[in-house]
Amino acid sequence: AAESSDSEEEDLVSYGSALQPLQEGERIKKPVPLQEQTVKDAKGRYQRFHGAFTGGFSAGYFNTVGTKEGWTPSAFVSSRQKRADRTILGPEDFMDEEDLSEFGIAPKDITTTDDFASKAKDRIKEKARQIAGVVAPIPGTTAFDDLIGPSKITIGVELLRKMGWKEGQGIGPRVKRKPCRQKPDPTVKIYGCALPPGLSEGSEDEEDEYQPENVTFAPKDVMPVDLTPKENVHGLGYKGLDPSQALFGVSGREHLNLFTGGSEETSNLIGDLRPSKGRKLGITGQAFGVGALEEEDDDIYATDTPSKYDTVLKDEEPGDGLYGWTAPKQYKSKKRPEREFKYIGKVLAGFSLASKPSAQIKIYPPPSLPRNYRPVHYFRPVIVAGNENCHLQKALEESTGKLESDPAHQSRHALSAAQRREQLGEAELKGPAPSIMEYLSEKDRERLKEVKQASEQQMKAKIVSQQSPNSRFQSASPEDATHKWQMQLGRQLVNAGSSDFKPFAKNPEKQKRYENFVKSLKQGEKGDALERFLDPNMTAWERGREQEEFFRAAIFYRSSNSTLSSRFIRAKYEDDVDKVEVPRDQENDIDDKETAVKMKMFGKLTRDNFEWHPDKLLCKRFNVRDPYPDSSVVGLPKVKRDKYSVFNFLTVTEPTTSVTQATSEKIQESNSLNKPKKSSRWDVSDKEQEKKDSISEFISLARSKADVQQQPPVPATEECGTGTTETLPTAVADEDKNPEEESGRPPMDLFKAIFVSSSDEKSSSSEEESDEEQQPTTSERASETTKQVDVPDNSSSSIQERVTATTDSGVSSLPTSKQELDVTEEFGPKLPPAFSSGRFCKHLDGKEKHRKIRERHKTKKERKRKKEKKKKHKKQKNKGKHKNKKPEKDSSSDTTDSSDSLSDMDTTGLSPKELLRR
Amino acid sequence: MAFPRPRPARPELPRQRVQTLQCGQGAVRAARFNADGNYCLTCGSDKTLKLWNPHKGTALRTYQGHGYEVLDAAGSFDNSQICSGGADKAVALWDVTTGQVVRKYRGHAGKVNCVQFNQEATVIVSGSIDSTVRCWDCRSRRPDPIQVLDEAKDGISSVKLSAHEILTGSVDGRVRRYDLRTGQLCSDYIGSPITSVCFSKDGQCVLAASLDSTLRLLDKDTGELLGEYTGHRSTTYRLDCVLNEQDTHVGCASEDGHVYFWDLVEGSLALSLPVGQGVVQSLAFHPRLPCLLVATQGQVTLWREDNFQPE
Repeated sequence: AAESSDSEEEDLVSYGSALQPLQEGERIKKPVPLQEQTVKDAKGRYQRFHGAFTGGFSAGYFNTVGTKEGWTPSAFVSSRQKRADRTILGPEDFMDEEDLSEFGIAPKDITTTDDFASKAKDRIKEKARQIAGVVAPIPGTTAFDDLIGPSKITIGVELLRKMGWKEGQGIGPRVKRKPCRQKPDPTVKIYGCALPPGLSEGSEDEEDEYQPENVTFAPKDVMPVDLTPKENVHGLGYKGLDPSQALFGVSGREHLNLFTGGSEETSNLIGDLRPSKGRKLGITGQAFGVGALEEEDDDIYATDTPSKYDTVLKDEEPGDGLYGWTAPKQYKSKKRPEREFKYIGKVLAGFSLASKPSAQIKIYPPPSLPRNYRPVHYFRPVIVAGNENCHLQKALEESTGKLESDPAHQSRHALSAAQRREQLGEAELKGPAPSIMEYLSEKDRERLKEVKQASEQQMKAKIVSQQSPNSRFQSASPEDATHKWQMQLGRQLVNAGSSDFKPFAKNPEKQKRYENFVKSLKQGEKGDALERFLDPNMTAWERGREQEEFFRAAIFYRSSNSTLSSRFIRAKYEDDVDKVEVPRDQENDIDDKETAVKMKMFGKLTRDNFEWHPDKLLCKRFNVRDPYPDSSVVGLPKVKRDKYSVFNFLTVTEPTTSVTQATSEKIQESNSLNKPKKSSRWDVSDKEQEKKDSISEFISLARSKADVQQQPPVPATEECGTGTTETLPTAVADEDKNPEEESGRPPMDLFKAIFVSSSDEKSSSSEEESDEEQQPTTSERASETTKQVDVPDNSSSSIQERVTATTDSGVSSLPTSKQELDVTEEFGPKLPPAFSSGRFCKHLDGKEKHRKIRERHKTKKERKRKKEKKKKHKKQKNKGKHKNKKPEKDSSSDTTDSSDSLSDMDTTGLSPKELLRR
Repeated sequence: MAFPRPRPARPELPRQRVQTLQCGQGAVRAARFNADGNYCLTCGSDKTLKLWNPHKGTALRTYQGHGYEVLDAAGSFDNSQICSGGADKAVALWDVTTGQVVRKYRGHAGKVNCVQFNQEATVIVSGSIDSTVRCWDCRSRRPDPIQVLDEAKDGISSVKLSAHEILTGSVDGRVRRYDLRTGQLCSDYIGSPITSVCFSKDGQCVLAASLDSTLRLLDKDTGELLGEYTGHRSTTYRLDCVLNEQDTHVGCASEDGHVYFWDLVEGSLALSLPVGQGVVQSLAFHPRLPCLLVATQGQVTLWREDNFQPE
């Protein structure tokens, strides 16, 4: 009720809840603008309503095509490789998803077509057709239709027809009209929904004054309730143009009889279109505009005008007695004597007494009990399939009438996962191994067992010794011993510190249990107390096993101290440990190539062709069509191979030859006398040593000194070294500088055994391995040459190397410098030095000169040696040539040594930079 | 009536020294002609890069910005940019006129031995002793290379590009040719560490210099050996090899201070050019003229044919 009702308005009835009274100064809330009133569909997308007249659907962006950004063709793709193909668009392409759904305009689902649908739906149409046939200018044309038309009449209709049924009639025995109007028999019970009042007592026959007594009528074709579902998308109550109505006229502009209570209306609801008098042709319906056949357009939108209503009271309802009294209809049927007024009293204004008593709630009697029914319920005891109570179980089973002897028919809840798996015939899942022991190798397990046994025995011995005075407990049970041992273990664990060790990390619950267990173990609780940390859902046996497992894990943990475990971090992402990516094709069999090169048979023998995928962008930048437009591989295609597969290392074992050997054939010739045909990189050092046999001792001595100084930078180079797989060669190259190490080096197999199987080695291709061996030889040579000559800037290292190269023993300790790193870094062909010639020595370092001198000096020595050995080495020969060109300089440096050169260096012009560096 | 075509000029070899550039930047690690051969770049061990007009002998510009010695440089086709690589593991892209470093590409784990532009100067290809060849994008700002060619097992000593190929020479004794058009990698085994590779002008052959003091001319497609040239000395250093402008001769620097030229077909030694006493570090042949740029020690010399008359 309205709160602001005044005294004079009291008798007004107001509906709904009143608005909140406006506060003083409060601004009226702005209504939400139309564009912000949003509705979302099931998927959360915004839906827009428009086309309200046609029950419209949303299309595009605010009734436009396209999206907010405008009209964009869907997924337009066109590239050099993939041209946009022309597609023929159908109407479906412009439809929304909703349109294609079940209730859309073009549903995609399978629906029953008219041919298969039951005829009940089409009764209206049938009726309309029938009526049309009657009303048509030539009556009976529909009969022809029926004859000509396909046999759409279902068998039911056909049968009914044969039984005398005619369309338009109801089904059932013919009845007299009168009984219909009689009061309903109170004894007849009507189930289901009560019919609307007045329906049974149709007032339509009131016009028919005369009704012969002996005439029976077919029952009315009544459609009591409009059960037709709303199938269209029109607004409620909207009717489109009905062609049958439009053509044959209907009571569209009929006088609307308000007072007949709609009894006829309800029966006419579905269109009981029987011809009535004075019917006009015309188009009705609530469509747009006025039909061409309609004479006037006064009723376009079915407006309710007062002219439709009675303006004059007249005796319309004889026998009513109300004479136009417009009270609810119920009042007119006062004649009913058996109406019971359950409620006697004032009826509130606006209310009326129910015309019919509310349907009596029928109480159904309970079903009659069977004769042998005993009203006692007892629960069947659940029997664990134990051994001692099998008799009882059997008895019970017999009593219940079913035998559950077959284990397969046991309740599925009683089965364990393993049993189920067995029944299903599935293979066991390879989950995480339940015990840490399974992660250990056989040997470790063995050892662990031994340790355990030993400690157990120790404990036992202790216990025995402790308990020997206590004679009562002399025969201590082994269980007791384990408890004691547990205690001991707990004590030991206390010292072990916090546990970062997570043996059951894969099973967090178990890990938690384990942690609790260990904690309590540390506190020195007994085994029984410990058991409460175990999973209570487990069976006793499982619990026992887990306890055992925890104990073992604890032992393991103790044995590996915390410092060790803290060094390892569990991998966040489980990587593919067993597989390693290996290039699919590999450059292999260097041996064959070596021989081919030696025989100068270049071509097929020395060539490897691989499929190589350039990056797409690279192709673009090079203006080249991508040779593999469909592949996403970049570089050489790789394959995953078993990491520990033998085949990955098969070629490793084959003896690799050094590069130098093949190329410098002369050296080889000289070496071939005392060397195996295939030299490895280790031989190279020998070769080098041989070359300067007399000085090798000194070199090694000096180098060992220099090496000590060089040691620190080595890891640095490794670290800052390549991010790729080439870290190893760097290290090897560094190592190679140390001839002493080389001499005492273990065989290669050992290295392989150590490094090849290590998990952190990324690529283990055989090719790489063999090349790695190859590489050091070259780099070694590079380093070897580094020792002979050096870059001008490299002051300290050049000094160092000079020492190593000269035979003099004058220089011993040398200053290290930051540029040693460079020395270690050298691989491959050296950069040529910048010589200092007399003309522009101001630009160059004095050292260059010295180096040159030293070189000359050396070549001289070598020449001497050459004379003795007849060893032809191109380099040396050339050097000799070189020397010959400047005999005047050579003569001065005949007897020079490094100390000499040092002094020389001081005298010659030094760049200020060099001086600073010193 | 058609004129008879002029007889092709007899190939001449540079025999006389016409210019000497005192670079004053320490050891000259590399001397390179620009695209048309009118200018040259010298890479110094004092971290500088210099642009010269070698024909006039004038220094035009000094580019400073490398953190260590500059080992190789190349100019773009339009002379607007220079790329260089150095021992500071970086590849730098320079603007010629401003002298500023436009970009620095870091990613190599070792010295960058060689750099090259592609034809349109959109990609810099650099080879390093870290055994990788990296292709850097000059167009976008991405800091990482477009592609890393890490097939080599040892340091890359030389990289050359053609329109659609990347030719690399590696210390592992292999010449690898990445063909972008066919999507193939051809790896030719030479055996000895490769110091320098180059394409012939007709793009059919590959010349490879290796540390066994041999130059080999290989057929690009089959990998067959077409010629072998020996006589020089190259056992230690990374020395350049060149083909002359008409593909008639091959040349190589030598450690004995000479530059050797061989007849390409016959393989006979055609010329031994005494340059100096030191190792000839770098060679560059003019793209069109019989004109040779030789870097030795701290200087660069320009050599022309005999009958050349300097203005």
